[in-house]
Amino acid sequence: MGKVVLVTGVARQLGGRFVRRIQREPDVDRVIGVDAVPPDHHLGGAEFLRADIRHPAIARVLAEHAVDTVVHMDVNGTPLGKSGSRATVKETNVIGTMQLLGACQKTPSVRRLVVKSSTNVYGSAPRDPAIFTESTPPKSLPSGGFAKDTVEVEGYVRGFARRRPDVAVCVLRFANILGPCADSPLAEYFSLPVLPTVLGFDPRLQFVHEDDAIEVLRIAAGEPRRATLNSGTFNVAGDGVLLLSQAARRLGRPTLPFFLPTVTWVGTALRSVGVLDFSPEQIRLLTHGRVVQTTQMRETLGFHPRYTTAEAFADFARSRGTGLLPPETLARTVDRIAAVLPAGRGQN
Amino acid sequence: MADAKVIPFGEEPRSKRKSKRVGRARTNQPPVPLAPVPPQRDEPAGTAERAEPAGAPREPDGGWDRKLANGLSFLRRRVTGEYEVDDFGYDQELTDQVLMSALRPFYEKYFRVEVKGIENIPEKGAALIVSNHSGTVAVDGLMLQMAIHDQHPANRNVRMLAADLVFMLPVVNELARKFGHTLACVEDAQKLLERGELVGVMPEGFKGVGKPFSERYKLQRFGRGGFVSTALRAGAPIVPCSIVGAEEIYPMVGNAKTLARLLGIPYFPLTPTFPWLGPLGMVPLPTKWTIQFGEPIPTDGYSPEAADDPMVMFNLTDQVRETIQHTLYKLLVQRRSVFF
Repeated sequence: MGKVVLVTGVARQLGGRFVRRIQREPDVDRVIGVDAVPPDHHLGGAEFLRADIRHPAIARVLAEHAVDTVVHMDVNGTPLGKSGSRATVKETNVIGTMQLLGACQKTPSVRRLVVKSSTNVYGSAPRDPAIFTESTPPKSLPSGGFAKDTVEVEGYVRGFARRRPDVAVCVLRFANILGPCADSPLAEYFSLPVLPTVLGFDPRLQFVHEDDAIEVLRIAAGEPRRATLNSGTFNVAGDGVLLLSQAARRLGRPTLPFFLPTVTWVGTALRSVGVLDFSPEQIRLLTHGRVVQTTQMRETLGFHPRYTTAEAFADFARSRGTGLLPPETLARTVDRIAAVLPAGRGQN
Repeated sequence: MADAKVIPFGEEPRSKRKSKRVGRARTNQPPVPLAPVPPQRDEPAGTAERAEPAGAPREPDGGWDRKLANGLSFLRRRVTGEYEVDDFGYDQELTDQVLMSALRPFYEKYFRVEVKGIENIPEKGAALIVSNHSGTVAVDGLMLQMAIHDQHPANRNVRMLAADLVFMLPVVNELARKFGHTLACVEDAQKLLERGELVGVMPEGFKGVGKPFSERYKLQRFGRGGFVSTALRAGAPIVPCSIVGAEEIYPMVGNAKTLARLLGIPYFPLTPTFPWLGPLGMVPLPTKWTIQFGEPIPTDGYSPEAADDPMVMFNLTDQVRETIQHTLYKLLVQRRSVFF
């Protein structure tokens, strides 16, 4: 008998893609997608159950379908669509995870739990080491927002792992996920025509391509391959880093620096007009940056991302179209100057 | 002669393109007579060379051309974002081409840094350079970096470990990261040494850089000796380094503690010139510097447990500290004057 996989948060692009991918796995029998709202995209024939993970009814779903693998992807920074509020997201993140873990604990058939977390748990502060490993304690704990949600979610997951030692638990801390259909807050930020930045700071950023995110979730949800172990906590990020200034240039979007105190106002203003969710932890990320070490991911989990940070970003940039200052135009301008310059030099 | 002037231009493909265009423009104007065209083409080439190339060799002009081409290709890479930075944010291209060039006048002309014992820095592989720290403003770290980059045969870039204050200040933090600096913490130092980098540390920290002028060239406590255990774990040799001349650039005669506390900085220096003359007071005194690297102290002979042994650590810390202090005294005795 094959596996029964339950995936939460399938109304999001990434959840939908993962459901479609996991169905093609040979040892997977059934895939059940769960979300509070029906998805806009098709799920490739997977069953969709409209259930809110914040309600205890989720336990019945788990028991009824004898689920053995739970992939919890309903941990998000921003509400789905324009209607949701931050409070609902927080509730889904925290209360939803608590309910889901409680349900898993009561369901003896559950054998494996995969949780999509984020490198947000490390926070970003000037006093942090340049590169975070899985065991680095954050210097300043995130005080609120999505970062705090993920810290709490991971806390509950650790508690669950203690209470159900027979369940293989895998926590994947994703760097910012980018790709043609990513709907993360950072993707929204990079879609702005002019990028507001913090004056005098050039953060280092790391990205994961969404294809790689799907692939690593698949590895974590399946049986471990030989000589690898897919339970534990892993940082997931593409190789290398991009500076924000560099990213903006490659994207061809001009930047507009603000003084650190005023950035918060700009963020609030942008949020209140609904342009994008420029939350405080987002601003911290865009001030101090964050880079994680991925040795564990490579050596223990046995996952090698196909895209580096730069490649993931390039793919994202292609999908978003050109900005106000396309790099090709700038390059051509420089070439033109180069062609003209010796003459100009000669005439003086 | 006229031919000789045209050829160096034609060597560069871009210039060729340009000269073709010029040629076309010229031919448009006088299309009929074929014979006068070459002299006319020579005329702009002649003016392009201005007066001096008549006698001057062609080389400098070609050099300028190349420099210009390099500068433009650099600019092209910068505006399109097609350059690499490492995980710590070190931007080698920017450092080599812009930041170092901006500092070089200070290094060569202003402080006239004299470097001794550069051969003590290994050709390749990890090493930890431990130096004294002084001068109210941490200019000595930058000069140390310049010294190694410019004098070392392999032009190695030392990765300095900087205080957390550096990474809190806007602009400063950005430049520090691009310059290859990172936060002075065990994790970062360990990772850099494991990658075989040259790491520079000034263990005195703020105690050293912000000490009063009366205590110049007296080494302060070397933290908890964390740098020794990091070097031991990585098996990297420790190179002691003494910097003379940095102490006098901003003679700190007083410290406005209340103001410092208000601003959230470790000290607020008062020098004979600083707050009184305003921005003019921020100009450092043009002292003559000497940077001496001592013999490397190997650390690979110790067992792995030694890194946690406080006795070993204190002994090694003292050894490094004594070496630096003695070298400082020796250099001070040899020094003729603060400014020459």
